[in-house]
Amino acid sequence: MLNTIVQFSFFLSAVLFIIGLKQMASPKKAQKGIVWAGVGMLIATLASFLVPNLQNLSLILIALVSGSALAYVSAKKVAMTDMPQMIALYNGMGGGAAAAIAAVELINPIAEHSLIFTTIALSGAMIGSVAFSGSIIAFAKLQGWQKKQVSLPAQNSLNAILLIATIVLAYKLVQIPDATIILTIFFVCALVLGIMLTLPIGGADMPVVISLYNALTGLAVGLEGFVLQNPAMMIAGIVVGASGTLLTQLMAKAMNRSLFNVLFSNFGATKSSDNNQDGKEMKAIEASDAAVNMAYANQVIIVPGYGMAAAAAQHKIWELTQLLQQEGVTVKFAIHPVAGRMPGHMNVLLAEAGVPYELIYDLEQINAEFSNTDVSLIIGANDTVNPAAENDKDSPIYGMPILKAQNSQNVIVIKRGKGTGFSGVQNELFVADNTKMLFGDGQKAVADLINAIKSL
Amino acid sequence: MEGFIALYIFMLAAIAGYEIISKVPVILHTPLMSGSNFVHGIVLIGAIAVLAHAESLTQQVIGFIAVFLGAGNAMGGFIATDRMLSMFADKKIKK
Repeated sequence: MLNTIVQFSFFLSAVLFIIGLKQMASPKKAQKGIVWAGVGMLIATLASFLVPNLQNLSLILIALVSGSALAYVSAKKVAMTDMPQMIALYNGMGGGAAAAIAAVELINPIAEHSLIFTTIALSGAMIGSVAFSGSIIAFAKLQGWQKKQVSLPAQNSLNAILLIATIVLAYKLVQIPDATIILTIFFVCALVLGIMLTLPIGGADMPVVISLYNALTGLAVGLEGFVLQNPAMMIAGIVVGASGTLLTQLMAKAMNRSLFNVLFSNFGATKSSDNNQDGKEMKAIEASDAAVNMAYANQVIIVPGYGMAAAAAQHKIWELTQLLQQEGVTVKFAIHPVAGRMPGHMNVLLAEAGVPYELIYDLEQINAEFSNTDVSLIIGANDTVNPAAENDKDSPIYGMPILKAQNSQNVIVIKRGKGTGFSGVQNELFVADNTKMLFGDGQKAVADLINAIKSL
Repeated sequence: MEGFIALYIFMLAAIAGYEIISKVPVILHTPLMSGSNFVHGIVLIGAIAVLAHAESLTQQVIGFIAVFLGAGNAMGGFIATDRMLSMFADKKIKK
């Protein structure tokens, strides 16, 4: 009877997860969706305490409470702009948990392990370990702990050797399941592989990588669900694995690059060649002049990028938008699919500041409009507006669809310094004849614009 | 569980996951990634099951780590997603 209740609770939670995810896919119901999924998680967690012969209850409770408390506090305290790395961190924890489950099951001396059981447990362990260590590196990179791109010579061959070594060890383990030393080396190899895969990947590619590790963790959880004969884990894990894979593909496609290219081309690390700029110089502009330009425009398009998130300038941007609207200016926001560090990163930040959906446009919707626009205000975006993607075949970002800000009459770029974007590519937009640079911290520069417009 | 039943579950779940995300507007990509990140926090129940039957000290230590990490995944994923989605909701009330 008790077992039936437990099984039914797990079933219920799987249903709630699917309903929840489905609702999260629609803007209106999204917030209800996470509540549904949350209820599912609560039911499943409570039910797992009803299992007969439960041991180590105090250990379970200590781990449960400390893990939740730590995550609760960190998730509540972190600034919205730092959310991407927190998602990477929580995702890594999930991958680590899946790997740890596999480890416990594999060192269990009593159980008779079938071939399929060991193979699947090892697959989940490997994928979970890579997702764990990879996500931690992604977290460290986005947090700014590891600023430099580390790329060893022959990185890809080294990774290939690691991958093969891990698989060979796994094969050995299938044959001799009780070899603790081999198992330990196997885990070390898989963890190092995750680190090595992530280290050379540039900041701009992090959204794709986090999404990929999210899918991998889902897959690992699904596989360990099979090992534990738990259908709720299998369903939830595989649903995430599949949806995460699709999301990763969508994101890579938005950058017009294959996933393979993102992972193995060390994009952003090696491409620091300065394209010759034909001796052109960036032209600086004062906030007061920029303000006049914008206040007397008919239409202004604002193009935000990661710099807006880094400077937490979204509230000031909205204040500026409202001021301009009072002046009779039409203001639109143009969001590139890969602006920021996650897909939709900019949308979330603008929503936080209170910018209505109606003002926000996708790449396809807005690109034709730039030619009718008096001023494009670019804040913290770089590669997503770089015309080299369209006209320089040698550029590493060639072929990526861009926001055609260069077509508007005036372009004002708010930028901290004269450096290149995360791809390390020079941006000819910044030296174009119709472009003026407003150097400074994003938030301060926008505040200056606001004051200048107020004093007109 | 029969191996083939597991295979069917895998296939159907994969199709469900693919279908769910195939018609999502770009603005929800981040919350949805965060939401699916929360959903694989279900690894927590597996971790609890494993620790609940851990015998040796090694198993207990690794099981403890599993529950700790799983709980962090579930709780952190929930709060992060909820915070993100609540910003969409707040705005509607203000408007």
